[in-house]
This record gives sequence, C-alpha cells and structure tokens, in this order.
Amino acid sequence: MSAAAALSVSTGEAPKPRPLVLIRDVSKQFANGTIAVRDVNLDLARGEFVSLLGPSGCGKSTLLRMISGLGEPSRGTIEWPTSPHDAEGHASPDLGFVFQEPTLMPWATALKNVMLPLTLKGTSKRDAEAQAATMLNLVGLKGFETSYPRELSGGMKMRVSIARALVTKPAILLMDEPFAALDEITRHKLNDDLLKLWWEQRFTAVFVTHSVFESVYLSQRIVVMAARPGRVMADLTVDAPHPRDDMFRTSAQYADLCRVASQNLKKAIAG
Amino acid sequence: MSDITVPVHVPHDGTDAEARPIFTEERRILGIARSTWPGVLAPIVIGILALGFWEWIVHYRGIPHYVLPGPWLIAKTLVADWGTLSGSLWITLRITFAALIAAITVGVALAIIFTQSKWLEMSLFPYAVILQVTPVVSIAPLIIIWVGDINLSLLICAWIVAFFPILSNTIMGLNSADHNLINLFQLYKANRWQALRYLRLPAALPYFLGGLKISGGLALIGAVVAEFVAGSGGNASGLAYRILESGYQLRIPRMFAALIMISVTGIAIFLLTSWISHIFLRKWHESAIKREN
Repeated sequence: MSAAAALSVSTGEAPKPRPLVLIRDVSKQFANGTIAVRDVNLDLARGEFVSLLGPSGCGKSTLLRMISGLGEPSRGTIEWPTSPHDAEGHASPDLGFVFQEPTLMPWATALKNVMLPLTLKGTSKRDAEAQAATMLNLVGLKGFETSYPRELSGGMKMRVSIARALVTKPAILLMDEPFAALDEITRHKLNDDLLKLWWEQRFTAVFVTHSVFESVYLSQRIVVMAARPGRVMADLTVDAPHPRDDMFRTSAQYADLCRVASQNLKKAIAG
Repeated sequence: MSDITVPVHVPHDGTDAEARPIFTEERRILGIARSTWPGVLAPIVIGILALGFWEWIVHYRGIPHYVLPGPWLIAKTLVADWGTLSGSLWITLRITFAALIAAITVGVALAIIFTQSKWLEMSLFPYAVILQVTPVVSIAPLIIIWVGDINLSLLICAWIVAFFPILSNTIMGLNSADHNLINLFQLYKANRWQALRYLRLPAALPYFLGGLKISGGLALIGAVVAEFVAGSGGNASGLAYRILESGYQLRIPRMFAALIMISVTGIAIFLLTSWISHIFLRKWHESAIKREN
C-alpha cells in the first residue's frame, strides 16, 4: 500500500500512473424523477487532493456517495482499475468516509469508535486497539481514548470521525462537507491537520464543500459543479505547492486563486 | 441583655469566603446529596401527616375495623400475619419475575426476528397487538382451563400483559440506529450479525430499558389480576388470593396488609428497573446525564 502510494508523488515529468478512479458518463436519477447528476466524467489520480465545489443541490454529495458505493449510478460506470475486486467482479476498494456529522456511536468510547472498521474486518482486539490508539494520537486526541462522544467538542468529534476513516489506511478518503458545522477557528485548525495527515499518508482525498476558500486552501484540483441537473462545469488546477500553512492563507497567490475559483463558481451557478 | 452592644454576628451561611468550599462540593448526608433531601423528606412528612389523620379519624368517628382499619392496626396485622403473607409474597414475586424474564426473552427475540424480516413483522405484529389489547381478565379463565396447571396459567397471563411494551419498544429501538451509521456499516461490508451486535442492539438499549420499566410494573399487575380470576386457594397462594380470602372473612386489616405488600413490591420493581436503566445508560445516554447549567 505504502509503496503504491509513494508512486503517486509524481512531479510533472514522471509518466502518469493509472488513475485510481475512472468515472465515465455517470448519471443519477432518483425515483421521484429528479436528475441529481448528469453525464459526469472524472478521473481521480492516486494521491491527489480533489475538491468537489458547488452550490447545494448540485449533486456533489450524490456523486461522492456513488464513488463510495453507497449509491449505484443510474447510467455510466465507476471503475477502480487498480483496486481489488471481489469474487463477483465488483470493485471493493479500501475507502474511508467522513460524513457531514461526526456520526459516532454514542455508547462507545473514542477508542472503540475508531476501532470499529477494524473490528468489522475481524482484526484481533489487541491489534485494533493499538492501531486505533495510534490513529487517535495522529489526529491530536491522545488522552481522550476513554472519553465518550458527549464529552467531546464538535471539532474533537470530527477528529474521531477522521481517525475512524483513516484507521484502515484506505487508498481514498471521501469527505462530505465534514467541517461545515464547525466554527471558523476550529475549521482552519482541522483543515491544517487534515492537510498534514494527507501529506504524511498520501491517500487520495475527495472533499465535498460549498466553500471556495476551503477548497482552494486544501486542494490541488477543484471540480466545480452546477445544479439542476448536477454536472461538472470546470476542472481547475490549484497551482500552489504543498505543504501549505497560514502564510499561504494570507498570500496574494491564495487571493488570486480564490478569485478564479469564485468566478467559476459564479458562472456555474448562473448556468 | 448586655449582648446587645456586641456587633451582630454573621453566621457562616455559605456567602462568605470561609464557608464557600463547603458549597463547591455538594455535601452528602447519609449518602444522599444535600439538594436531594427535600425531595425525600417532603413526601415522608406528607405521608406521616396523612397516616396520623387516618389513625385519628378512625378513632374519632369510631369506624369499625372491618370497614376501615387504622394504620397502626394494619401494621400490627402485617407483623402478626407475616408468616402467611410473606409466603404469599414469595409466590407472587416468583410469578412476576418469571413472567418478566419470559417477556424480556420473547419480546427481544421477536423484535430481532421482526426487524430482520419485514414479512414476518407484517404477518405477526397484528397478533401481538391483539394479544395486548384484549383484557387479560377476559382471557385468563380460558388459559386456566386450557393449561390446567395454575402456576403456569398465572405465569402466561402475567407474560401476556408484560411482553408487549418490551416488544414494541425494542422494535422501535432496533430501527432507530443513525442512518449514517448504517451507511458506514454498509461501507465496511458488515454482515447482519455485526450490524445487530455493534449497531442495532446498542441503539435499541435505551428503548428496551424504557419498555422494561413499564413491563416490570405490568408483570406484577398481570400476576395479581390473573390470580384474582383464578381465585385458587390452598397453601400455594399469592397475595391476590390473600386479599380475596380476607375479603370473604372480613379480615380487612389483613386485606390492607396484603395490599400494602403489593404496592411496596411494585415500587421496589420500579426502583430496580430504574436502577438497571441508570447503570446501563449513565455513561452515554442523554437521559442519564446531569448537566451543570
């Protein structure tokens, strides 16, 4: 896994490795007739940080859920050329998912919550505990192993949720507006910590957001989407090096990039 | 009177600095928090006043004890007849708890089966409702005729009354798991057993415990009502039969004594189920959390 991840740290000149996810002509129509997503074509490269940016109702969450396998496309295919497949030929990629809410089990401690994916996979209790403790430490929650969710703040709960998503060392981390409910100070801190985790662990990150600033700060690439029907309007490259920090947040380059992204979003909203 | 010249002494009433620490940590008196004491004492005072009034009115109006015995006579009867009454109490308790355990087992098992198969739920749930809404008094004679064994009949009657709250609450609880958590379990390809063990059962626990609190009281009521209907005599009779018997023999003080024992049993069952609920939920459930503000 780590070897494959290391491959993806390709700079411009190296030959492009095969994409992790191929989204081909994907449409999603709900039972009530609403077309949530229409004709989306996207490739997600290994190790890249992509934001799906758009107004509410543009199908960005629906698209994310289809990538995760929680919803089937009505038309089109989502392929995982390099990921393991089960006996029936369905892709079963290692993925982590972070919901808009922390979505923790209130009856379980932080450690038990992070252990869940490992427990479900049948990892032994001792290994699961050790890995979950390491992960909690990585998200900055050392010492809170035995705390119950109700004893944690909103930001800390989100950290537990991220630790749970990353504890299986997934190839891809899917995030559905994870920080939307947090205050700005907490959100900035979590953005920084998420970038650090991504920089160290090199998973592919797909981040759904409606915030221009958040998408520019985090991503290497922004996919701008429009609503009714949900479709891709622009695919922007955020041409600024990682690792990024507060210096970047206040730089002229950041302001320029935000302006470009804003203009694209405005165009997308106007249709 | 010379004290008048001395400046008025301010007692340490908790408002000055010296006394403050006492109030930062709540003092416990006989193991009960200071602020809880009024809630304990007020009903006791009312109870004593009411009993005093009762005793007084019985003597003052000369009410015969076969109409209304005074509390003191009831207490004496309770002590004097303890041998018979405690035997009956034991029988009633046995039926009540056996019925409650059966209600828990069948209620939870059925709830799990129903939530695994919509078809089974659709086909069987209406009959559970019919069982619940039919007054147990009206089916008890039938059950007694069919079953034959009187203790088993009583057990079945008490079970019928007690099991529905557990069934319906547990079904609701099993279906109340957070939708996103269910999605998460799907993402990690959890099987049914894992989803039940790690998600649905813990999510159902508060609902089940709520049902248990209701069913505990209902099991006792069911046991008493069924015994009233059965009206069985002999040595192996519960408290309900003691009440009937005392009524026939106009031993009203003994009737009251048996009645009090049933009430106390009901209260004890309620406290026990509340305590069990508290033990299971105190760490995480909103209902068991005391907030500072």
